[in-house]
Amino acid sequence: MNARGALAILRNELSRFFRTAFGSILSPVLTTSLYLVVFGAAIGSRMDPSQFGGSSYGAFIVPGLLMLTLLSESTSNSSFGIYMPRFTGAIYELLSAPVGVAETLLGFVGAAVLKSLIISGIIMVTALLFVDYTIAHPILAFGYIILVASAFSLFGFILGIWADGFEKLQIVPLLILTPLTFLGGTFYSVKVLAEPWQTITQFNPIFYLINGLRWTFTGYSDVPIGLAFGMTVGFIALCITVIAVIFRTGWRLRG
Amino acid sequence: MTEPILEIRGLAKTYKGGVRALDGVDLEISKGEIFALLGPNGAGKTTLIGAVCGLLNPTEGTISAFGLDAQSHWREVRKRIGLVPQELSFDMFEKVGRAVAYSRGMFGSPADPARIEEVLRSLSLWHKRDSRIRDLSGGMKRRVMIAKALSHDPDLLFLDEPTAGVDVELRRDMWRQIDKLRSEGTTIILTTHYIEEAQEMADRVGVINKGKLLLVDGKDAIMAKLGRTAAHFTFDTPLEAIPAGLSEYPLSLDNGGTTLVYRGGDGTGRGKREVADLARALVAEGLQFTGIETTESSLEDIFVDLVEGREPAE
Repeated sequence: MNARGALAILRNELSRFFRTAFGSILSPVLTTSLYLVVFGAAIGSRMDPSQFGGSSYGAFIVPGLLMLTLLSESTSNSSFGIYMPRFTGAIYELLSAPVGVAETLLGFVGAAVLKSLIISGIIMVTALLFVDYTIAHPILAFGYIILVASAFSLFGFILGIWADGFEKLQIVPLLILTPLTFLGGTFYSVKVLAEPWQTITQFNPIFYLINGLRWTFTGYSDVPIGLAFGMTVGFIALCITVIAVIFRTGWRLRG
Repeated sequence: MTEPILEIRGLAKTYKGGVRALDGVDLEISKGEIFALLGPNGAGKTTLIGAVCGLLNPTEGTISAFGLDAQSHWREVRKRIGLVPQELSFDMFEKVGRAVAYSRGMFGSPADPARIEEVLRSLSLWHKRDSRIRDLSGGMKRRVMIAKALSHDPDLLFLDEPTAGVDVELRRDMWRQIDKLRSEGTTIILTTHYIEEAQEMADRVGVINKGKLLLVDGKDAIMAKLGRTAAHFTFDTPLEAIPAGLSEYPLSLDNGGTTLVYRGGDGTGRGKREVADLARALVAEGLQFTGIETTESSLEDIFVDLVEGREPAE
């Protein structure tokens, strides 16, 4: 294991993030604030708390909004991180370096996870300006955020290797992740839906992630917490396996 | 041959579309030498370098470097190899100093600002260490590529077309740089399609075309083996036959006997001496020639002959 190599990649990726820190941080914060103003404050004040496990609607959607940002930021940070050197050709250096799966994951995915954690922290602080919320299980919440950030940074990494243009890089988050997140119960409890939508929602993997995170925040979940946790860990294991296979075969990396 | 630093056996690469870019290449590189891989565009030079440096998976064959198999000991092997690719490719927004330090870290070497400074100074980039790469001139960008490859002190350095598209002055500069590296003990493999460059820089030259190494030898040995001298003696009155006393020389008649053509020698100067001897012999025979024109075949002629699949002109 080339620990120095992994650390070098990690630091380089983080410096890229801080170089564009203003945009990287401002846009998710602004988006989240808008959602909280519109849904949390304006509409939420008219909602009946009994529909949302007893918490206010604002507090109910904080974990959902956090998940929305977490998914898109983790995916895009990581996918751009590995796609950019492929695009500029600078990937030659990584391929010729004593850097394998372990170093790449620690470096690129590790950096994407750290960036997501920073943004999550900022969003949680921002949310406090708009709604009163408490975190029922702070340590579990922190752990769960790390898990979700890892899962989608890994997913983004695969996306960044698969994509052969900027369009594909944008299209997956836009056409798959965002709809699944919205339909996975970001803004509502699945219980308010009529059949067959309740059943259909059960097939949306992001539904489990949102509920897992919501449970750590509010103690309320539409699904058993064990299932939500299991789905997240399973997703991580799947992504790591795919990445290991990519490195073994050199798919899209080594001609 | 001294201790080999790189051994390539039966290396072949067939790309997905069916293009066979390398076709059974065997090559041994000695420690400390400068080896020039000479070939036209599309000959397989870059593919060969890519296979050794880990940019692509070869279809067949084995590569070992520093006595280690490059496949099973890839970490140890890659740590000691540096690569300067043909294309300028880096994060254009990064600053020079940071980019070079990043490369060093990526190859697993401990941070060493003094060494980075040394590398940057040797490439006249130190005063640009805080500039963004995108703000540099083309020549400087190319030197940043070299600085990145040298940042981890490789024992074996690959330069893919180091002087393609650079001006004369910069090319001279590059050659000086390469010479300096050689004196420090770095083994260098460079590809080029400038014969002049191979002639100037390399200890040995390998001619590659269509994925096959046609010839590998010392530069002087290639000249000795394939170099030729041609001399044309012109006469006002045509000769009817080659004079009997001159049958030991490789001669022929041309232009209806008004031109006596000598083709021979071996690129070591023997041809020139023979032409001088021949001139004296002609005078001794009483044959008054009115002009002599001699030409030496260059590495270029040899190269063109080899690549076009012809035997060098006799």
